[in-house]
Amino acid sequence: MIADFEYFAPKTVKEALSLLSQYKEAKIIAGGQSLLVVLKQRLFSPEYLIDIKGISALDYINYEEGKGLRIGALTPHRTIEKSPVIQKYFPVLSEMENNIATIQTRNWGTIGGNICHGDPAGDPAPVFIALKAKLKLASLGGERVIDMQEFSKDYLEVALDPGEMLSEIQIPKPAPHTGTAHDKLMVMKGDMGIIGAAVSIVLDSKGKCEDARIVLSNAASVPLRAGKAEKKLIGKVLNDALLAEAGELASAEADPPADVHGSAEYRREMVKVFVRRAAAKALERARAA
Amino acid sequence: MKGELKELSLTINGKPYELKVKAMTLLVELLRNELKLTGTKVGCLDSACGACTVNIDGKAVRSCSVLALQANGRKVTTIEGVSDSDKLHPIQQAMIDHGAIECGFCTPGMVMSAKALLAENPNPTRDEIREAIQGNLCADEGYVKYIEAIEIAAKEMRGGK
Ligand SMILES: Cc1cc2nc3c(=O)[nH]c(=O)nc-3n(C[C@H](O)[C@H](O)[C@H](O)COP(=O)(O)OP(=O)(O)OC[C@H]3O[C@@H](n4cnc5c(N)ncnc54)[C@H](O)[C@@H]3O)c2cc1C
Repeated sequence: MIADFEYFAPKTVKEALSLLSQYKEAKIIAGGQSLLVVLKQRLFSPEYLIDIKGISALDYINYEEGKGLRIGALTPHRTIEKSPVIQKYFPVLSEMENNIATIQTRNWGTIGGNICHGDPAGDPAPVFIALKAKLKLASLGGERVIDMQEFSKDYLEVALDPGEMLSEIQIPKPAPHTGTAHDKLMVMKGDMGIIGAAVSIVLDSKGKCEDARIVLSNAASVPLRAGKAEKKLIGKVLNDALLAEAGELASAEADPPADVHGSAEYRREMVKVFVRRAAAKALERARAA
Repeated sequence: MKGELKELSLTINGKPYELKVKAMTLLVELLRNELKLTGTKVGCLDSACGACTVNIDGKAVRSCSVLALQANGRKVTTIEGVSDSDKLHPIQQAMIDHGAIECGFCTPGMVMSAKALLAENPNPTRDEIREAIQGNLCADEGYVKYIEAIEIAAKEMRGGK
């Protein structure tokens, strides 16, 4: 089925990084839920595979009042979905995870693998961007931290340098009166979104929208921030008409693909619907926060 | 080196194995082709159908989407390891008694998903059962009886309560 490769199973981050620096063309495998599909189709056949799934030090979820949330790259989707801390402080992450694939895939696939796969249809990246997440990238030379938003470069391309791996996702503590929501169009629960929207809204003490983030999946070659739609909301007391206008603007900013699941035109229509829905839910949460 | 056999030590159905496999071997290929544990089925080989579901360390996973070497040091349970020698597991018995099994091809995967669910959650709601077998396609449309059978098995496993 799969072409053979040389296989390494480092047990620590340091070992993994040494191997990555030694074998420049090596590919990382975490849960393999995305990578094995590619290898089975022989779209790509790596010479060296570095299996990081066994590095248990990168499987963690930590929350501290001051620092916010830290998720290790090798944390399985299902652990995030079921985490009491995440359900309490970032329910949107648990809801988003619950709509990814099926339990079997969520049990083995990792959050880091999802993000590093760089699929613009993926759900976590838009939600992380809405939550202002940063990524910690590690190499033998040291660590750097970049905005999630800067990470996606193109379809299946991310800003990892040779020798680098993702080690952690960092989410700051949201400002007071922040609400975040995610929704996507699925034929069946667990499908990749035909279109998806993550929206975060911050209200000031008078109830005016102080900040907004609107991020779309499967609407461009990378997770797409709908800047014009965000601007429409900022500084205003929000109502349904404004949320609908934001949907219209986001739709105009989208450049969605056309495939068997929907034409570009259909997707643009659905952007309107899903931005409005996610924004309404985010607003409701911001008001309740 | 490429092509070289790699050592793999794992527990399958309670039995320790020391094996040598090619790195590109999928877990399902090891189970079915090397170990002749053919109860685990292959429907799509593409992580779409769930017929190849096994339990790794107690959790439901698709064995077509895991490298055999990734199970190193772990505990794998397949459909062959579910019954207590001749006595069927309550999940299997309930599926038979309740007429849940039609052609039977998806059944091993259904049992493995149900087993992982009940290990974690002995008293699941209907929705939780639905979610647990959402990743197991049944081409005979037999979901309702599977759901009911899992409910019956759960009750039996809780001692009738
Ligand atoms: C049936 C099915 C349905 C799915 N549905 C959805 C869905 O609805 N929404 C969604 O968002 N996703 C979906 N996915 C994709 C899935 O969620 C993830 O992409 C998958 O879990 C990736 O994680 P992994 O650990 O398996 O990564 P792998 O497949 O092992 O790796 C993916 C890529 O990331 C790289 N990589 C992995 N970890 C690291 C790291 N720490 N540092 C650097 N590079 C790394 C690998 O080299 C590879 O290129 C689905 C997948 C399947 C099979």
